[in-house]
Amino acid sequence: MAKVPVQFTLNGSEKAEFVESGTTLLNTLRDKIGDTSPKGGCQQGTCGACSVIVDGELRLSCLTLAETCNGVAITTTSGLAEGGVLHPLQRAFLDTFATQCGFCTPGMIMAAKVLLDHTPNPSREDVVEALSGNICRCTGYEPIIQAVLTAARANSQNAA
Amino acid sequence: MALALQTFATVKDANAALKAAGTRYLGGGTLVVRAANEGDVSVSGLVRSTDPALSAIEINDGKVSIGASVTMAAIAGHPDLGALARAARAVGGPAIRNMATVGGNLFAPAPYGDFAVALLALDAAVGTGDAELPIETFLADRDNSRAIVTYVRFALPKGDSFRFLKVSRIKPKGVSVLSIAVVLEHAGNGTVSSARIALGCMADRPVRARAAENALFGKTLDPDGIASALAAVGEGIAPITDPIASAWYRAEVLPVHLGRLLLG
Ligand SMILES: Cc1cc2nc3c(=O)[nH]c(=O)nc-3n(C[C@H](O)[C@H](O)[C@H](O)COP(=O)(O)OP(=O)(O)OC[C@H]3O[C@@H](n4cnc5c(N)ncnc54)[C@H](O)[C@@H]3O)c2cc1C
Ligand code: FES
Ligand code: FES
Repeated sequence: MAKVPVQFTLNGSEKAEFVESGTTLLNTLRDKIGDTSPKGGCQQGTCGACSVIVDGELRLSCLTLAETCNGVAITTTSGLAEGGVLHPLQRAFLDTFATQCGFCTPGMIMAAKVLLDHTPNPSREDVVEALSGNICRCTGYEPIIQAVLTAARANSQNAA
Repeated sequence: MALALQTFATVKDANAALKAAGTRYLGGGTLVVRAANEGDVSVSGLVRSTDPALSAIEINDGKVSIGASVTMAAIAGHPDLGALARAARAVGGPAIRNMATVGGNLFAPAPYGDFAVALLALDAAVGTGDAELPIETFLADRDNSRAIVTYVRFALPKGDSFRFLKVSRIKPKGVSVLSIAVVLEHAGNGTVSSARIALGCMADRPVRARAAENALFGKTLDPDGIASALAAVGEGIAPITDPIASAWYRAEVLPVHLGRLLLG
């Protein structure tokens, strides 16, 4: 199978790889580039564990072909901490026990980040809607919703 | 088995490449890449076109044309397409809506195809490179359709003449038990002068409820006025059975939900 070049930025740094045509973005990120923060849960679009942010929009990397991502900017959860300091969402997930097994966490954080980027002071309904494509089998969701609301409050206090 | 993707700048070249056996068009990929991940080996090659016209939304004089690559999120967020936002938001969760295209929704088998249900009630025209078909004709023959859909076109519904309802078990995002879209026009005396009713999950693809449409003609939208339409809405339907609901259940609840939509 012919290999095709793909080039994009991942968490701010340039990446260039040759992948087999038809390779998903999820497999490219995990197996080629070594960023294992997006998780392969269902490969069916149903669990949201593979969520990443592409040019500011939430995407499912398991249903996205890598070669359609030439020139885009990709953000994953592994790119959020700065200099060892956790992102407010990561901090809030820890503080509110929103992570149990942790498998859904990176996808949840991606979905939450897109929400807070557009809606800094979301309502509870906004949070539920934003996370509606992400499944968690451990927490019962409530701590996750609280984590996102907590992070939003922390952000607005910092901004004030 | 790996998929090979071919990308073309023009729809014409992409259409030519689609003539090869085993190829399929790639829209947002939410169904076609999913099928490949699941081990569907009937598709060995994907074809797409990056022609910017496919991603355009044009609105002139109340006429809307939406390119086939336009996503549900783009429709839901468009300031002049507020009437359709509810139907666009009915498709999947936020990430799916950022990927799912209008073109792909026209091909999505039930329980999917919620936006196509809306387009059927709006009596849209479906454009391919060289032809334009009424959506009903297009849907009926979609399994044999090989040409790339390039746009859908329809008249923007006036006021609150367009109504849409999706029923699902999981809120806010869940697969359809059923979906219903209605476009109603009223005569001066308040009676229904024209009705188009489209149903999702009542066959393997969106269908019109003609008997119910006819039964609404000349009636007022009150419990007595709509009774004959509710009695007729099950005529000719063949609902799907899936893990969400049985055909029997879907048929039972259809008149209830149509009634709520008409009276709401
Ligand atoms: C988790 C999940 C939840 C979902 N929930 C919903 C839902 O609630 N409601 C709903 O309606 N759907 C739902 N879907 C199904 C799907 O996402 C949508 O129907 C979507 O609109 C399909 O569009 P796509 O661009 O992703 O299609 P693709 O997967 O790209 O294509 C689907 C089919 O259409 C053909 N096709 C696509 N575009 C064209 C074109 N322009 N010309 C010719 N052929 C074309 C492809 O060849 C393929 O056969 C869901 C899917 C997933 C994975
Ligand atoms: S792995 Fe992509 S949605 Fe589950
Ligand atoms: S913490 Fe285990 S799936 Fe969410």
